Amino acid sequence: MAAVIELPISTYESVVDPDWCPGCGDFGVLRALEIAAGKLGIQPKDLMVVSGIGCSSNLPGFIHTYGVHSLHGRAVAVASGIKLANHGLKVVITGGDGDGYGIGIGHFIHAMRRNLDLTYIVMNNQIYGLTTGQASPTTMKEMRTKSTPQGNLESPINPVALALVSGATYVSRGYSGENKHLADLIAGAIEHHGFSLVDVFSPCVTYNKVNTYEFFRKRVYKLEGEDGYDTANGEVALQRSFEWGDRIPIGVFYRDVQPTYDDSEPALHNGPLVQQQMGMSKELFDELMEEFM
Amino acid sequence: MNTRREVTVGIGGAAGDGLDKTGDTIAKTCSRLGLYLNAYNSYQSVIRGGHIWLRVRISEQKIYSHGDHLNVLIALNQDAIERHAREVASGGAIIYNSDKLKVDPVLIGDNVLTAPMPVAELIKPMGKLPAIMQNTVSMGAMLYLLNLEFEMAAEVLADTFKHKGDAVVEQNVNIARAGYDYAKEKFVPLGYEWDFTRVRRPFVTGNECFAIGAVAAGCKFYSAYPMTPASSILHWMANHGAKCGVLVKQCEDELSVVNMAIGAGHAGVRAMCGTSGGGFALMTEAIGMAGMIEAPVVVIAVQRGGPSTGIPTKTEQADLNQVYGASQGDYPRVIIAPTDTTDCYFTAVEAHNLADKYQLPVTIISDLLLSEHPETVEADAFHHDVPIERGEIISEWPDGEKGQFKRYAFTRSGISPRALPGTAGGMYVAATDEHDEEGVVISDVFTAPPVRRKIQEKRMRKMEAVLGELQPPQLEGPADAELTLVGWGSTKGVIHEAITMLAEQGISANHLQIKYLHPFHTKEVSEILGKCKRTICVEVNFTGQFARHLRAETGYSVNDLVLKYDGEPFEPHHIVEEVRAIIEGKPRSTDVSLDEAREIAYHYIRVHLADKVRPANLEQVDGDDERMWLVELAGRESGEKEGELRIGVETGSVYSWEPKKVLSAGAGSD
Repeated sequence: MAAVIELPISTYESVVDPDWCPGCGDFGVLRALEIAAGKLGIQPKDLMVVSGIGCSSNLPGFIHTYGVHSLHGRAVAVASGIKLANHGLKVVITGGDGDGYGIGIGHFIHAMRRNLDLTYIVMNNQIYGLTTGQASPTTMKEMRTKSTPQGNLESPINPVALALVSGATYVSRGYSGENKHLADLIAGAIEHHGFSLVDVFSPCVTYNKVNTYEFFRKRVYKLEGEDGYDTANGEVALQRSFEWGDRIPIGVFYRDVQPTYDDSEPALHNGPLVQQQMGMSKELFDELMEEFM
Repeated sequence: MNTRREVTVGIGGAAGDGLDKTGDTIAKTCSRLGLYLNAYNSYQSVIRGGHIWLRVRISEQKIYSHGDHLNVLIALNQDAIERHAREVASGGAIIYNSDKLKVDPVLIGDNVLTAPMPVAELIKPMGKLPAIMQNTVSMGAMLYLLNLEFEMAAEVLADTFKHKGDAVVEQNVNIARAGYDYAKEKFVPLGYEWDFTRVRRPFVTGNECFAIGAVAAGCKFYSAYPMTPASSILHWMANHGAKCGVLVKQCEDELSVVNMAIGAGHAGVRAMCGTSGGGFALMTEAIGMAGMIEAPVVVIAVQRGGPSTGIPTKTEQADLNQVYGASQGDYPRVIIAPTDTTDCYFTAVEAHNLADKYQLPVTIISDLLLSEHPETVEADAFHHDVPIERGEIISEWPDGEKGQFKRYAFTRSGISPRALPGTAGGMYVAATDEHDEEGVVISDVFTAPPVRRKIQEKRMRKMEAVLGELQPPQLEGPADAELTLVGWGSTKGVIHEAITMLAEQGISANHLQIKYLHPFHTKEVSEILGKCKRTICVEVNFTGQFARHLRAETGYSVNDLVLKYDGEPFEPHHIVEEVRAIIEGKPRSTDVSLDEAREIAYHYIRVHLADKVRPANLEQVDGDDERMWLVELAGRESGEKEGELRIGVETGSVYSWEPKKVLSAGAGSD
């Protein structure tokens, strides 16, 4: 493998400044993504950032790479199509909890069981921010929001547990207040050959007054610092994924190397689809027509 | 049908009776002999059981529909005899396995040959064989009765079964020969004379043509979720993808299907997906996205009977409103309704070229009839070296010299050159939010009304160039005809044949078939219709969706509508009868006809009476609220009257079933 030439984060600087609220957790995620890409030496032309809709889904506009700011909930599907069409690209999906764990959860689960080589960074702020503060799929039970003034009646999705049982081969969680740690998680995710999830606690300073920086600072601990934690042990990872309360784990829960969908798909054995010759030879045409005679 | 150079063979049975294979053998045999075929399968959405009714029309001349005759019935079960024996025309035949089936003389018309085949006895010398062999025996008999070449059928059987080994081939050929020889010994041929040209022509369906046409056009990505009647595109692609270099992706839902295809199209690969109305409903938001981010994608929408889940295995043209109305907002797109099987191939090619050149979604709207019925097309109908026009794509962008790449540059043509992801220097964001030339969003923070206006105009400007590229429709037939029949999409062939029949009856009609639904040739169509004397729009739906579309696009209202929405496709006679009624000034009747009353009775019998009786005599009588069809029910075994059913002539409601007391409760009580 050729030596990696690291790139400065200015490589990815967009002409557009983020429009997030001051203090939004998503700033830290953007910075961590730039650090990770620079550390891996990924040229902007080779990085495709795909998002859905929501505050965090505005991210592709704030990074100087190729990007698609797609529909609400459809980022994973669009990214899957892009990856299958050109698996030479590094494809990173960025979005929020409403986008990925609510309206788009079907694609999320199926992309994991396919083990497509995609990296999915979910800026999980446990609230709908862009639509001004309604309950999201990860809003804690009993929390009062604009749409649940008497308290949320539903239990939150557990994205880490869901990823573990759905076949994701790199399952991690970061915290946007721990920027360097998050950059390492993202770099590991992009480098990982297979579907990687980076669920990120990314506080919404405007609409979520419960899951704040303060809330997470007091609770998060790193799995890497735990004696004997083995990222190859799925059962232990699943146990840890349910830990929520005074101590909340962040870091890589689970990592495994499995053949990816793109490895196994015969149509991709001759290189990216986008580079393959178009059209049909006379021989193939005649052979296909013969089936109808 | 006096020339005896055209025949329609019907095969009736249950799903699982192996009817498709038999039909395929007959079709390939005739096709290889150089005859033209057009077939239609009235199947139902069941794996086993249910009534399947395959009709194969065979002719020396090019034919344009499955027609409206039945000459030879191959009955694989009693139901097929019950339902179709009476349709067999004079001079025809009914071939059936006499070991288990019988033909009641009341069911057959004059001068129809009954050809009972003692299947068990005939195949006995060949050892123990599955019941499905009755098909092959009957087919053998059919070959003799229709004066078709046995050797050709043997060749087809050999090709079909060669993967199973010589013994299986020999067995099948011997069984067919037993049927052939038995017919030769017992029956007189029906008097058909054929000129076998032996021109080899493809026998294909519209869906197969979509798939192969797309491959020829360089399509590399096909995604789908299983849905009748689009699934056969998926199946063909799945079977041939590896060979043809196409990545075939079955997805979790149609949302994923279309978004993946758009992702692939955006990344620079020709991408296509297919579905029916229900799946298309899920795709609509993303089709608007393709319009907004200017990504090429081809969507095939194969209509079936709606609304909702509707009649999955039946045909209709009732999704025009949905396809035209797909997605919020105004956006550039193309909608094409191919008009025949050959056209499906070239429409797929054209759709990919338009999608790429104009960077927009193209929807091909087909229907079950066009997509699934097989027919012979001309030997040279297709060719492999179709044009592949990719439109403007840059290979690099010198970022430092020219500034940021303007993906959505406000050009005069409206077409902004693309940079495929991975192109050096061309980085940009394709946003579903409104954006400026560089792709920077102007939706929330920096809204800029003039920029919005100019980019909307830029996108929509593409439609002018698209329209200029599409072939305007042409009026076919005599310019001064009394009537003009207007159709769209799949009805071209059947309208063509109906016009020929009308001419034979002294009614002069011409024909306007519309293929490009959007953008619409408003000027050309207005000019044509402005000169027509009386126009009738023929559509397979309830409300006349195309007539409404035509009115919206041209301001022209057709004079009359001929509509059909019972799930079955038009046959030429349906159109002829309705057109005649219109010109004779008769009000359109929705009354239940005699044949329909019989079908309603069969349905009731199947659901409530376990198929133990069949409708015998039908007559109209007075009822309390409306006229009634009084249907006498006879025992299938006994043939005796066992009860009667009353069906409303106007409403079609089944009012009552009264078992004849004398039969149900014992003798002498009635």
